[in-house]
Amino acid sequence: MNASFMKRTIAAVAAVGALATGMGAAQAEDVKVGFVYVGPIGDHGWSYRHDIGRQAIVAETGAETSFVESVPEGADAERVIRQMAQTGHNLIFTTSFGYMNPTEKVAKQFPNVKFEHATGYKRADNLSTYAARFYEGRYVAGVIAGKMTKSNIVGYVGSFPIPEVVRGINSFMMGAWSVNPDVKVKIVWANTWYDPGKEGDAAKALIDQGADIMVQHTDSPAPLQVAENRGVLGFGQASDMIKFAPKAQLTAIVDNWDKYYVARAKAVADGTWTSTDTWGGIDSGMVDMAPYTNMPDDVKALAEATEAKIASGEFHPFTGPIYDQAGELRVKEGELADDGMLLGMDWYIKGIDAELPK
Amino acid sequence: MVRLEPRRQHSQAMVYLSPVLAIFMTLVVGGIIFAFMGKNPFDALYTFFILPINNSYGISELFVKATPLVIIAVGLSLGFRANVWNIGAEGQLTMGAIFGGGLALYFHDSESAFLLPAMFVLGAIGGAFWAAIPALLRTKFNANEILTSLMLTYVATLFLSFLVHGPWRNPEGFNFPESRPFPDAGLLPIIYDGTRVHLGTAVAVFVVIAGWLLLSKSVIGFQLRVVGKAPQAARHVGFRQKRMVWFTLLLGGALAGLAGLFEVAGPIGQLQPSISPGYGFTAIIVAFLGRLHPVGILFGGLIMALTYLGGELAQITLGLPNAVTGLFQGILLFFLLACDVLTKYRIRFGSTAAKGRTA
Repeated sequence: MNASFMKRTIAAVAAVGALATGMGAAQAEDVKVGFVYVGPIGDHGWSYRHDIGRQAIVAETGAETSFVESVPEGADAERVIRQMAQTGHNLIFTTSFGYMNPTEKVAKQFPNVKFEHATGYKRADNLSTYAARFYEGRYVAGVIAGKMTKSNIVGYVGSFPIPEVVRGINSFMMGAWSVNPDVKVKIVWANTWYDPGKEGDAAKALIDQGADIMVQHTDSPAPLQVAENRGVLGFGQASDMIKFAPKAQLTAIVDNWDKYYVARAKAVADGTWTSTDTWGGIDSGMVDMAPYTNMPDDVKALAEATEAKIASGEFHPFTGPIYDQAGELRVKEGELADDGMLLGMDWYIKGIDAELPK
Repeated sequence: MVRLEPRRQHSQAMVYLSPVLAIFMTLVVGGIIFAFMGKNPFDALYTFFILPINNSYGISELFVKATPLVIIAVGLSLGFRANVWNIGAEGQLTMGAIFGGGLALYFHDSESAFLLPAMFVLGAIGGAFWAAIPALLRTKFNANEILTSLMLTYVATLFLSFLVHGPWRNPEGFNFPESRPFPDAGLLPIIYDGTRVHLGTAVAVFVVIAGWLLLSKSVIGFQLRVVGKAPQAARHVGFRQKRMVWFTLLLGGALAGLAGLFEVAGPIGQLQPSISPGYGFTAIIVAFLGRLHPVGILFGGLIMALTYLGGELAQITLGLPNAVTGLFQGILLFFLLACDVLTKYRIRFGSTAAKGRTA
């Protein structure tokens, strides 16, 4: 009896206390987080992984969340973002590059709402940016590919020739050449992030040209599935795709937004959120490598060692000397490419036998 | 056995009532689906169809979303009436945006009041130029315009992609695929402060009125209707089919091009790889929803726009999947076509008539 009375009294006192300290400091359950996705949550790639991050927020903080999927990167994005801001969301993640300008616009109109834009470069007091250093994972994948290829031809399905993708190709090839200087890469641009039909066709064309390792920078499991069916090896993209290709997947470069999203939601809850620019790599947990499978133990050990060296900061994939295709020295011997160079990378490194679409 | 038998006379009233009936039945079936998904059907329908437009900002967004749909659909409907099947409005929209937007990028320092009108003209020319190719192929080589106009859509989209990844890429944009922002002189003025309702929305209303006048009061409008309904009669009185093909494709293309320009010079404000979520294709549904009549198209465009807005809110507030939007549009089209069939035909059970004929 007394115990329950005490409990109620404590609760009441606590409630008064909370009121007294002011309504400004929102409680965790007051945080309402909105997500805008460019693809369907069932893409098993990019949007799927962001939605896993959203679920992590729900599981760890109990905050209310909502999302809108397949929002076109045009005039519609601004309305969706604005509707979220208007319906009481106080933290909004816009998870595609094409949402940058609409996010910036709505952020100006809602100074009390916090915005987070993935992969962009425009920031404000209430607008953060975040992205992951996937090129670190691609270097590890390159090392594995260099060891595993027999034909010395790697097939690479690209989405768009933006810096993110070009950087990935360069990093991958530096990894491959570190163990096998004879590797050649053939690249097909699918001109889409998500179109299983087109992605699969690109993979078929590459395998027909002799590729025995399939790499992709598009979001559906289609290229990896083609690899599985044609009996060659490949890498998963964005999420662990082992169930789509149990015999073909070597590893996958997994986007892991869980920690970041939970931390940002908590920061809003306890009032410590500030506008930041985050670019996390393997060490931050944003880039995960799926289990190393379908490879001999020595290759697995090498991959694990490479991953560990990158995570500890002992090794950086873009360590000079790095020459571009024209033979110009871009990064001097012993120096590291700075983030500015990495973010704007629109050139292939020397040795890549392809022309960058202009 | 169930057969469809043509009605000798069909009710004129039903031609106009069938869209209303289709919408009503869509609501009923939609409500049932919501109930199966464990949502209160009345709440869900409210969220889908009322909540998006229960404030002035929502209504303004409805106009913004309906603007390109209405402009394109009016253009397409003229062709559809004359049996010219332009399926490639999406490509014509893209070319309009490239032509008109290109001018804004070329004069990116301009403050001239002539820039925007010049962009209008070039946008229309861009769309008409892209529609002229299927027109030429149809009139010279009898190539099916459904195929040629559709295929050209992909060419236009890839051309835009090439431009924003390459020569027209923003030099200050960190190599990301987007153009410079248009100068202020190349942006559509906002009609109501605090909203995104732009000059293009006013043009859409004008297009509806002009389309109606053209169809009901002009000689060419009369010819369009005759060519579509009775091609042989049209040939007898000397209406030239080829001229109809050229006229409807060029006009439809120009309007689609203008709609594309309004998107990039309005809500988007620059060129980027994707500028339309398929307005050129959705406008085909809008044209039929509006009975190929400009005023009907105005309402059809608003309803279609509402399904998009409602779909977004249903995701945000009810946690329903995005597929609900497509589902609603599909059900609506299904009932519309079903009502049309039943207006023109009656269902006969059994096979008495067939027996009578063979006996």
